[in-house]
Amino acid sequence: MRIKQRDFLFQFINSGILIVFAFSCIYPFYYLIINSLSNPADAANGIYLFPKNITLVSYEHLAQIPSIYQSVFISLSRTVVGTVLTVFSCAFVGFLVSKKTMPGRKWIYRSIIFTMFFNSGLIPWYMLMKELHLKNSFLLYVLPSMISAFYIILVKTYIESLPAALEESAEMDGAGLTTVFFKIIMPLSMPIIACVAVFSAVNQWNSWADNYYLVSDSNLNTLQYLLYTNLQTNMANMMNATSGGSSVTSMASSVQVTAASIKQSMTVVTVLPILLVYPLMQRYFVRGLMLGAIKG
Amino acid sequence: MTMETLQTKTPPHLPAQAGGLTGKQKQKIKLLLMISPFLVVTFVFYYLPLLGWSFAFMDYIPGVPIFEQQFVGLKYFRIIFSGGNDFLLVMKNTLSLSFLGLATAPIPVIFAIMLSEVRHSKLSKTIQTLTSIPNFISWILVYAIAFALFSSQEGMINKILLDWHVIDKPLEPLISSTYAWYFQILIGLWKGTGWGAIIYIAAIAGIDQEQYEAAEIDGAGRFRKIWHVTIPGILPTFFVLLLLAISNILSNGFEQYYVFQNAMNSNKLEVFDTYIYRMGIANAEYAFSTAMGIFKSVISIILLLSANSLSKAVRKESII
Repeated sequence: MRIKQRDFLFQFINSGILIVFAFSCIYPFYYLIINSLSNPADAANGIYLFPKNITLVSYEHLAQIPSIYQSVFISLSRTVVGTVLTVFSCAFVGFLVSKKTMPGRKWIYRSIIFTMFFNSGLIPWYMLMKELHLKNSFLLYVLPSMISAFYIILVKTYIESLPAALEESAEMDGAGLTTVFFKIIMPLSMPIIACVAVFSAVNQWNSWADNYYLVSDSNLNTLQYLLYTNLQTNMANMMNATSGGSSVTSMASSVQVTAASIKQSMTVVTVLPILLVYPLMQRYFVRGLMLGAIKG
Repeated sequence: MTMETLQTKTPPHLPAQAGGLTGKQKQKIKLLLMISPFLVVTFVFYYLPLLGWSFAFMDYIPGVPIFEQQFVGLKYFRIIFSGGNDFLLVMKNTLSLSFLGLATAPIPVIFAIMLSEVRHSKLSKTIQTLTSIPNFISWILVYAIAFALFSSQEGMINKILLDWHVIDKPLEPLISSTYAWYFQILIGLWKGTGWGAIIYIAAIAGIDQEQYEAAEIDGAGRFRKIWHVTIPGILPTFFVLLLLAISNILSNGFEQYYVFQNAMNSNKLEVFDTYIYRMGIANAEYAFSTAMGIFKSVISIILLLSANSLSKAVRKESII
């Protein structure tokens, strides 16, 4: 009886702590969403659990920023194009290096893995991108990330776990390498390919440093970058207000409210794809990471 | 083995070419031809930049061909180590943030163990899903969220605390320099704990159940089982990740600290990665920044190799 009680107490406290942490991980997203959906004046006074006077006024303001459409388009296209390129090249290379007949296979594979641990550093990379005329080019977003040693390890490990007989019989029937890859390997490797695809899509969607370093053409700005510049302006305003020590007048505060709510709605728009896609894709992530962990 | 023997027996409807190449040789060439475009891409984006290391040894002037640049030897390395610049400050910030990061490395382990003790499987799945979401958002989004929660004017925390009269002046963790390191570590934990635990959850799932049963028969309670079975079971994984983290001690990343930097806290959040950006790209000090990047890479490689041989010596297992 006592043991049961102690067990219950343990379960209660243990789950309690975990639930509080889980809540702290998800509540900020919820907070942003209900605030961006509420009347900005109410939001300014604090809304914590339910939206108040639901309105899309923040989103309407956001929609009036002309650059937002272009940057949504750029973010979406780099995600789609970048993911397709990365998935295809990593899967194909993973397949090729799994071939025992490849001459110099060990060295080829090693030279790819080596890139995981060794890095030329920012400046040489930056200069090379300029030399290759990737500055102010959309290709900057999708070409350098094409080859990823980590994804290649994942795919290769997976392919090597598949029964070799399938491939052999196809080859006996005269199927070439590409046929084997597209008709046999790709369909069989769907779980790992989905994992690589989701990893790389999230990466592409989140990337902004390349934009920041090397792109000055505003038509190529990503949504993340737009949000960052917006936040920086806000921070500058806040620092001025703080150091000036002046109390914000009611006029100014209504302007502030609009700025804050636009910022929140912009954050929601930027984070929403991740929040929507993540729960669906979680099992692929987990599976992929486990495979990587075994190898790593 | 079996594959090779099969391939030597080229099907009769695929005759060998006039050049006398057997089917096996043809396939080898085909494989090489197919992988070569990807090797070129790897070379261009990962190996070619290494040529840029030469910038560190010359007074690089943009626009002038590389062999007409003036060679200055170790001048820039001397400048870095002479201490007549921000090197010491940057080193202090980088190491402090890295060590705080290493000190909190057991937290995902503890989280994983706690989660594995939750008996309700739906609850533990939900917790795991929710806590790993922050890992998948960019640092800009983390910053946007931190702004919404902690800024002095619109921050939720300040509003609540002021309303409840817990404080009478807004807290300003975003611009405080005193708490900058701890604040960043906490935010890093918020972002990384759930995801970081997944690998340990896998390791715990891989522990042989018989060990728990045996421990139970020996009269071990919950905590004894954790101490004598679970922890030894995940220790190898923990060490591998710890060693990799140690090799990255000078590279704690650009995005987090750059995004959170402002005029008030930059004396605490300027790390090598942000400093190299600022000096190299913003101030166009190419040679100086490249030299610093080389210093960082060389230290990482040395640390990685020593960690690897340490791991080989202690655990008879190499990590790379």
